[in-house]
Amino acid sequence: MSMKDRMSGNEAVAYAIRQIDPDVMPAFPITPSTEIPQMVSTYIANGQMNTEFIPVESEHSSMSATIGAEAAGARSLTATSSCGLALMWEELLVAASDRMPCVMAVVNRTLSGPININCDHTDAMGARDTGWIQIYAENNQEAYDNFIQAYPIAEDKRVHLPVMICQDGFITSHAVENIILNEDPDVKEFVGEYDPEEYLLNPGKPIAIGPYAISSYVMEARKAQEEAMENAKTVIKEVAKRYREKFGRGYEFFEEYRTEDAEYIMIIMGSAAGTAKQAADDLREKGIKAGVLKLRVFRPFPASEIADAVKNAKAIAIMDRCESYNGHGGPLSSEVRAGLYESGSSVRALCYTYGLGGRDFTVECVYGVFDELQEMMKDNKKFKQHRYIGLRTREPEVG
Amino acid sequence: MDFESIEIRWHGRGGQGAKTAALLLADVCFKTGAYVQGFPEYGPERMGAPITAFNRISKKEIRVHSNIYTPDLVVVVDETLLEAVDVTSGLKEDGSIIINTPSSPEEIRPKLGGYKGKVYTVDARRISEEALGKYFPNSPMLAAAVAVSRVMDKHEFIREMKASYEHKFAKKPEVIEGNMKALSMTFEALGA
Repeated sequence: MSMKDRMSGNEAVAYAIRQIDPDVMPAFPITPSTEIPQMVSTYIANGQMNTEFIPVESEHSSMSATIGAEAAGARSLTATSSCGLALMWEELLVAASDRMPCVMAVVNRTLSGPININCDHTDAMGARDTGWIQIYAENNQEAYDNFIQAYPIAEDKRVHLPVMICQDGFITSHAVENIILNEDPDVKEFVGEYDPEEYLLNPGKPIAIGPYAISSYVMEARKAQEEAMENAKTVIKEVAKRYREKFGRGYEFFEEYRTEDAEYIMIIMGSAAGTAKQAADDLREKGIKAGVLKLRVFRPFPASEIADAVKNAKAIAIMDRCESYNGHGGPLSSEVRAGLYESGSSVRALCYTYGLGGRDFTVECVYGVFDELQEMMKDNKKFKQHRYIGLRTREPEVG
Repeated sequence: MDFESIEIRWHGRGGQGAKTAALLLADVCFKTGAYVQGFPEYGPERMGAPITAFNRISKKEIRVHSNIYTPDLVVVVDETLLEAVDVTSGLKEDGSIIINTPSSPEEIRPKLGGYKGKVYTVDARRISEEALGKYFPNSPMLAAAVAVSRVMDKHEFIREMKASYEHKFAKKPEVIEGNMKALSMTFEALGA
């Protein structure tokens, strides 16, 4: 059974948290994720859930307390954005290396400067190498569905890693849209009880968590972590399959929208993917074979799968909602192209930076990108490869 | 609604409830079975600063997540914005604009930068003060948006808003009647 409703992305995540009813939620407010702990606190105050809410004095503490609770054997979570995520940075690595299957709702917002509260992916992309699984949502529905899948992925014995469920600040977190919700008992049944095999508050089986390791052991620990991330690929697929069977909505590492016969493909994440799909439909009507690959899972990174999905395209555009300052594109661009090289692909790619600090990304922006891809392929022109779209003035084509 | 979709842009000042009106419109249209989107544009939020909010209402699933640049309807919650913001920017010629002002459409049109489409005015201050005893322009402007756009049936709208107010003001039942009166006075004023 399911229920039709309408709510914002933040409400959708808070609703999922109430349905899961985890054990402990330490949190510190920060725009635009503040509503999530606020709504969860209201659910708790109204007696609608049993989670222990810990108001802490900073995000450094919220992540520390999340790790502590998880280590004690409690199913734990927190929520944050932007500078809050940055302040957690040290603990993010601790959570992952201590193999804590905790979950975090990340509502993506840029980092200073110039100081700004709006969406881009600078915050989560800064945490991409901390060992967390990262899953991105296009809209409130996906943020909700992804959140319900988070614990079954994190707590699987083959994985045992923390999971970030990301959505775009304001664009989806504060937009009221239609959504289909699952029934409470179905969600509880899907997520299941947390039954950790080893935890601190277990007098019968004492363990240490987070001890010092001498050089003879650190690399083995990291290698085990890397293998867990590889295993996550299998588990993410299994959980998505189980979710589709139970709730009817299916998810993969990425969604392939009209890519099968596409000559030009845009690779993009988050709320902008919906805008890109609309633009691809418009372009198809004009006879331009456009397609969109919407990436859902950024960690683990499905490099060979993406390379395979775009292998028949003439050219692709890789869209980064953040900057790497490496001179040739953002993190998504670098990782996609590494995968293309590995697969022996020679498809031409342009790497775009877009939507920084909440800069609006419109269907016209998408048309602009597909225009440039076609222009480049016309005479196999030399094209400046790392480009910005949506600037106040358009960049020259050749640089 | 007897059309495929509509895009609405709200102009207000921080604290007047333009964002709330947009979210309420999404909420109430959802009840008709439509696909809805209601969202504000967030800038430096402060009382009195110009703010923008948006609605997409459609029979089909809504995928676009950008602001609205060529709206079918513009609602101006504060008349003083006409001097500060280009409120008719991109507004379709066969669309409409509703302005909260005691002036008539003929008196207001010269301030609209040559806009040739339909112009409606609503004296939300008079309506609100008469119905509620206080100045809350968002209920009259929400009713005006529904009356002009015909995005849903008037009676269905009134019924759903009553349920919504009863839920929202469960602890302040004295304001429900006033808000309901503001809605029906607005429909009357617009001859809808």
